[in-house]
Amino acid sequence: MPVWFTKSRTITHHLNRKVGFMGIIHQNFWISSSSSMQPSSLSSIFIPGIDEDHSTPHIFPFNSSIISRFSLQRFKSTKAASQLAQLYSTDDDDHDNSQVLDFPGGKVTYISEMRFLSESNVKRIPCYRVLDDNGEIIIGSDYEQLSEEIAVKMYSNMVTLQMMDTIFYEAQRQGRISFYLTSTGEEAINIASAAALSADDIILPQYREPGILLWRGFTIQEFANQCFGNKDDYGKGRQMPIHYGSKKHNFVTISSPIATQLPQAVGIAYSLKMDKKDACVVTYTGDGGTSEGDFHAALNFAAVTEAPVVFICRNNGWAISTHISEQFRSDGIVVRGRAYGIRSIRVDGNDALAVYSAIHAARKMAISEQRPVLVEALSYRVGHHSTSDDSTKYRPVDEIDYWKVERNPVNRFRKWVERYGWWSEEEESELRGSIKKQLLQAIQVAEKTEKPPLKNLFSDVYDIPPPNLREQEKELRETINRHPQDYPSDIPQ
Amino acid sequence: MAMSTGLRRCGRRLVASVCNNREVSFSTTCQGNNVIQQLQHGQLQETGKSLNLCSAINQALHIALETDPRSYVFGEDVSFGGVFRCTAGLAEKFGKKRVFNTPLCEQGIVGFGIGLAAMDNRAIVEIQFADYIFPAFDQIVNEAAKFRYRSGNQFNCGGLTIRTPYGAVGHGGHYHSQSPEAFFCHVPGIKVVVPRSPREAKGLLLSSIRDQNPVIFFEPKWLYRLAVEEVPEHDYMLPLSEAEVIQEGSDITLVGWGAQLSVMEQACFDAEKEGISCELIDLKTLMPWDKETVEASVRKTGRLLISHEAPVTGGFGAEISASIVERCFLRLEAPVARICGLDTPFPLVFEPFYVPNKNKILDAIKSTVNY
Repeated sequence: MPVWFTKSRTITHHLNRKVGFMGIIHQNFWISSSSSMQPSSLSSIFIPGIDEDHSTPHIFPFNSSIISRFSLQRFKSTKAASQLAQLYSTDDDDHDNSQVLDFPGGKVTYISEMRFLSESNVKRIPCYRVLDDNGEIIIGSDYEQLSEEIAVKMYSNMVTLQMMDTIFYEAQRQGRISFYLTSTGEEAINIASAAALSADDIILPQYREPGILLWRGFTIQEFANQCFGNKDDYGKGRQMPIHYGSKKHNFVTISSPIATQLPQAVGIAYSLKMDKKDACVVTYTGDGGTSEGDFHAALNFAAVTEAPVVFICRNNGWAISTHISEQFRSDGIVVRGRAYGIRSIRVDGNDALAVYSAIHAARKMAISEQRPVLVEALSYRVGHHSTSDDSTKYRPVDEIDYWKVERNPVNRFRKWVERYGWWSEEEESELRGSIKKQLLQAIQVAEKTEKPPLKNLFSDVYDIPPPNLREQEKELRETINRHPQDYPSDIPQ
Repeated sequence: MAMSTGLRRCGRRLVASVCNNREVSFSTTCQGNNVIQQLQHGQLQETGKSLNLCSAINQALHIALETDPRSYVFGEDVSFGGVFRCTAGLAEKFGKKRVFNTPLCEQGIVGFGIGLAAMDNRAIVEIQFADYIFPAFDQIVNEAAKFRYRSGNQFNCGGLTIRTPYGAVGHGGHYHSQSPEAFFCHVPGIKVVVPRSPREAKGLLLSSIRDQNPVIFFEPKWLYRLAVEEVPEHDYMLPLSEAEVIQEGSDITLVGWGAQLSVMEQACFDAEKEGISCELIDLKTLMPWDKETVEASVRKTGRLLISHEAPVTGGFGAEISASIVERCFLRLEAPVARICGLDTPFPLVFEPFYVPNKNKILDAIKSTVNY
């Protein structure tokens, strides 16, 4: 505790000096994120607080032993006021007791100046990255080194995801599947976040994260089976294409409503916490999703229940046609974390190494300290929202091209992998040839595989079909017998 | 919180003066019929303490937490015992990790509950008033209800039970009186259960908690303190989706659920004095409901009256009426009568005019029988 008090005093003094005359407190991220780091010392590359040996990233200004002791105390304590008193401290040495309000959550200092908190920081929260645009590691970067095996698998998966998107998208255009939705431009968030997790971590996806399944071994054939809604689809042909789910891969089935998975993720994380599992929950949403009530509910519940959950927001700039400037006025998503008492970081979502490192650290904190973490990954939705959308109607083609070419996450990571001699042109063309073959074959197989039988229309509504469903099934079958021409012939009765 | 406490206090007073004989006649009926169906233990135990509905719920929650270490109780203010005291003593006995307060956010409570249930836990959540369940509507309708179906039975949240007090209380106005059960009966994948008495509440709640599907359990808050009967102390369950004929009769079938049954029972009693024999059915589970029991009764009596507090238009009475007309058209001797709440928001000073009271029902019984 002494460390924290000392530092917080420094912070408050710093604040007083800096903003005393302004009337508005600009809460600089740097001031509280690391007392040793001044804004002027930052270049355009942001390095989160680093401990002495530069091996473990720390985002907060105290060491992890203090954090864990702190959270342990908090969890074990029964009096809310004393818990929160430990969470916050004020610069009370300079004030007598009449200047301090002992309020639930900790002491609050009185001042006579009328100061409104500013609506934003002076400068936007910086974005953590490791690789520059040429795929070179920025000197002094704090990151997790990848083995050749992991790096090559990550790159191969990114290429596979890209190619799957291209070919499945075409299949939709040819009318072979009813719908599709690409992850183009967000391959690094997909694959690098998956790579940084363990297979026991439970995923609650939004819908633009099929890369996690790919990483975990869900086969191209399994993707195709879902998109074609055939009898091998685990969802039994009940949901639109891309609504994947796989129990064996700890990937909870996708639902279309936005952000509903977030509070559920907290409940699952609470279960892991009670079972003392060495695992966390990782849940995804987009920038649009953060406007939903469920986003607020989830962050608040996660903070209060101290649930080991990592929230990853893919801020890709667009929610269908709604630009983030019409979505919110905050500095993106990262700033929301603090409002809920949740540690957060902004990361370059197109830098696979930065995403990997940030998620690796976030996972570690979530599990070892039993707390939620919020990660905002800045990226861009290069594709249309879905096959039902034409994004050139609402955004400039130049903007799309810039992100597609200049900021391409797959190309950037490839340059880095090639630098180590882990990847070559031959391996590239071999991979692409093989993936293309697998994709085309998977589509053919999925298309030929018969549809799920009619009984699946009625099963699984409840654990056991109640009388009304049994009666309706019987009536429907009689109707089909009378009017077989009204019904698809490829659904087995 | 202060408001609910006030409500409760006033409610008791008001209810006690308005329907003084309600408690007596009701508990007599409950004891008169052998209503407990013993499922858990072999023998039926009639020995039990006299409990009100709130204490019966509390006892069921104690048993649920005791018998399954993977069960949790949470919601707004449940930790200190809840604004209606249904969760009293649970946190002290089972600890704050299993019985806890949540932030004031219904969508968060249900969403969190779905997640917890998806991990093979029993998530018993409380929504403080049924009037406040709507922020959680999306989580219930689009998430809980479809969790099993959409995943092809890979995942389910069958361990989720949402307890929520519903219905008139004498002075609850718009937002402490509503009966929103019909909204949820329109959602495949959800079960909807409403108990009528303490003994029923305990057995049905334990069944709901242990059922493999998400259940919304509407508790008649008017009866929390008012309804008192002998409740077996042991662990027992009553079957879901089974209606019960609580009074046999030959002239007309009356169908209802929850607190409304005691009003209907008084109407039956008065009708009897005028020589009309009423058969009274407690539906208990509204979704999926026991059509057969109602159908069999209407085949016998040839007449049907349904009564509920919720507005008549689009209420669950409409569904029962339509289904029974389909099945018993030629046997019916009069149109199906619905004596329900009016199609207005639930009013404060006009509550006595709004509610489907005894004489509204009695009039309808007579006009149906004399049709």
